[in-house]
Amino acid sequence: MKSSLKLALGLTSAITASTAVSNVAHAEDLTLCWAAWDPANALVELSKDFTKETGIGMKFEFVPWTNYADRFLNELNSHGKLCDLIIGDSQWIGGAAENGHYVKLNDFFDKEKISMDDFVPATVVGYSEWPKNTPNYWALPAMGDVVGWTYRKDWFSKPELQKEFKEKYGWDLGPPTTFDQLKQIAEFFQKRQIDGKTVYGASIYTERGSEGITMGAMDVLYSYGFQYENPKKPYEMEGFVNSDKSVKGLEFYKALYDCCTPPGASNSYMGEGVDAFKSGQVAMHMNFAFTWPGLQKDENVGGDKIGYFVNPKGPDGDQFAQLGGQGISVVSYSDKQESALKYIKWFANKDVQAKWWSLGGYSCLNAVVKDPKFPASQPYAQTFLDSMAIVKDFWAEPSYAPLLQASQKRFHDYVVAGQGSAKDALDGLVKDWTQVFQDDGKM
Amino acid sequence: MLNRTAENVARATPEPLARKVRGISDKGLAWLFISPTILLLLAINIFPLFWAIYLSFTNYRANRPNEVVKNLGFANYQRILGDKDIWIAMQTTAHFVFWTILLQTLIGFTLAWLIDRKFRGHAFWTTLILVPMMLSPAVVGNFWRFLYEPQIGLFAYAISFVTGIPPTNIQMLSNVSLAPWSIIIVDTWMWTPYVMLICLAGLRSIPEYIYEAAEVDRASNWRQFWSITLPMALPFIMLAVLFRGIENFKMFDMVNLLTGGGPGSTTEVASITLKRQAFESWRTGYSSAFAIILFVAVFGLANIYVKALNKVKQR
Repeated sequence: MKSSLKLALGLTSAITASTAVSNVAHAEDLTLCWAAWDPANALVELSKDFTKETGIGMKFEFVPWTNYADRFLNELNSHGKLCDLIIGDSQWIGGAAENGHYVKLNDFFDKEKISMDDFVPATVVGYSEWPKNTPNYWALPAMGDVVGWTYRKDWFSKPELQKEFKEKYGWDLGPPTTFDQLKQIAEFFQKRQIDGKTVYGASIYTERGSEGITMGAMDVLYSYGFQYENPKKPYEMEGFVNSDKSVKGLEFYKALYDCCTPPGASNSYMGEGVDAFKSGQVAMHMNFAFTWPGLQKDENVGGDKIGYFVNPKGPDGDQFAQLGGQGISVVSYSDKQESALKYIKWFANKDVQAKWWSLGGYSCLNAVVKDPKFPASQPYAQTFLDSMAIVKDFWAEPSYAPLLQASQKRFHDYVVAGQGSAKDALDGLVKDWTQVFQDDGKM
Repeated sequence: MLNRTAENVARATPEPLARKVRGISDKGLAWLFISPTILLLLAINIFPLFWAIYLSFTNYRANRPNEVVKNLGFANYQRILGDKDIWIAMQTTAHFVFWTILLQTLIGFTLAWLIDRKFRGHAFWTTLILVPMMLSPAVVGNFWRFLYEPQIGLFAYAISFVTGIPPTNIQMLSNVSLAPWSIIIVDTWMWTPYVMLICLAGLRSIPEYIYEAAEVDRASNWRQFWSITLPMALPFIMLAVLFRGIENFKMFDMVNLLTGGGPGSTTEVASITLKRQAFESWRTGYSSAFAIILFVAVFGLANIYVKALNKVKQR
């Protein structure tokens, strides 16, 4: 009896001790929060090296894009401790900095000799700085991204289609360099029979719920001359947001939606775009560059069948593209900030960044993207580089959410529902945005 | 048996506790039993309601915890009542509530009346009709989205088969005119069985002897329906209308899953607008004011309706 009691006590002690030890190990684990998408899987793979080097375990909290902002902004607003590190969207930076959600990284960068000059300038401004264009850093550029286009190279190279296209439009069928050309190509392919299947011109962003139609419309509007504000007088939007050029840009986006998208594509964003392209429905596909590695590998549409091109030029030759991507930040409510900073230091390393790119992530480090071998490293690498050189981003103000909701509504009402005119939509947008900035006391 | 159990419990109760319990009046004991529920209600219902009323007079934003909260008086209410988009959302809601209730009541009552005939296999048909109601709205929303798909959806092909219109032209969720109806169809499909069940209960509660007396008086079937069936089932029908009206006034899940309020804002019902203001634009004070307005509207309408229902019952 005594011996069995001893055995029981011994077992209990052993179990208790092992649980305690494992709890100690888990206490050091870091949780990284991000969107659930292909690059996140690459980051999981990459982070195994960090655990090997430091012994710090990594846990991940990935949320689908449609709930990403809701979920993590709620987490930050409620001062939650779920995330030690967060890869937050570029537009969150203003709010996250002003509301104290992110740890300011300037001192850490100075101490660890991490220089922002080593990163692609647009990504530093877009993902790290608040206020913009000031040396106040809240994130390390983590995932470069930009809206660009893919096209069906195999369809474009069909001799009979090339001949017919040339006869109809007078120029050679190929990746468009202007939006007018893009629309002509889209019209040409719309409802065409290819390999016994009806195909459509282009997949573009039309999603209403989160940010889709704004990202898509802005991607066109920038090159048409749209400006968020008077460059000489901040927050003055009249005549800039709703300029004649902007109106023409929005009219173009609606015309493209009306003429050349697949039936029912009224709520389409990244996932729907990828589906449309992968299923061979569309000749061209607007999407963020993060989708390209996956499409390149696709058995049906990847390899030699896919090509990439930079966002085309507007009527005056201006050429811009909508910035995507994110920086990685340390959450100020985390109890493990020291370990989280170790992760940032490790992530900024050149070798890690090179591996990040090879795994499917988009590095923002100059040493990686300016390497002479980089353009040839992937079929889409040059397009990515060219696109990153012409980026513009949406407001990154603390009030980015109501600003975004206003543009989502105004653009969707006009482009998809056909209510009112482009001028009405943009005038309404000026009114809505003015109200937001007045509420913020900025006007 | 029950008495013996009670005696056993009483005997098992420790003397000091028993003395205390004996000292409590019946009313006190009743309060003791319901107090956990009351406390829970206060914590999760009443307190948030009063807190929301307070917030509705401020500029508070949940995503700016560090910002100074200012008292705005009735500014939020004025802004909401003067906002054209809010009124459009209210009209959309009213349109949705009206048509869903009308269709569900007509079809639900007709089905109940048919089931009440007790034909052969009526139990099987009753079960089959109830299936949509048993499904989760998330599942219903998702599979109807696929059914409505213009390229692969069964719905578009069925309509195409009947009308000859190409299925790709039948864009239920993308077309401004069709999108509101696409939601009405799904809601009617899902909730008509519920209305049918309530109406069936009403029809089954009508005593058989009244019909027998009407037969003796040689009343026609039509006359029996208008003079007996409908008036006696009316309180049940009105109850079903009340339940569905309240539910549909705050409808969110189906609209969110099917159209997300689009295309444009054509299916943006009040609850979608409220969610956008509260959890996407983070205008907590403003959205609290909107929630209070909606609450007062539903509460007021429901009260008027319940009074009418009581009058009908007393007749």
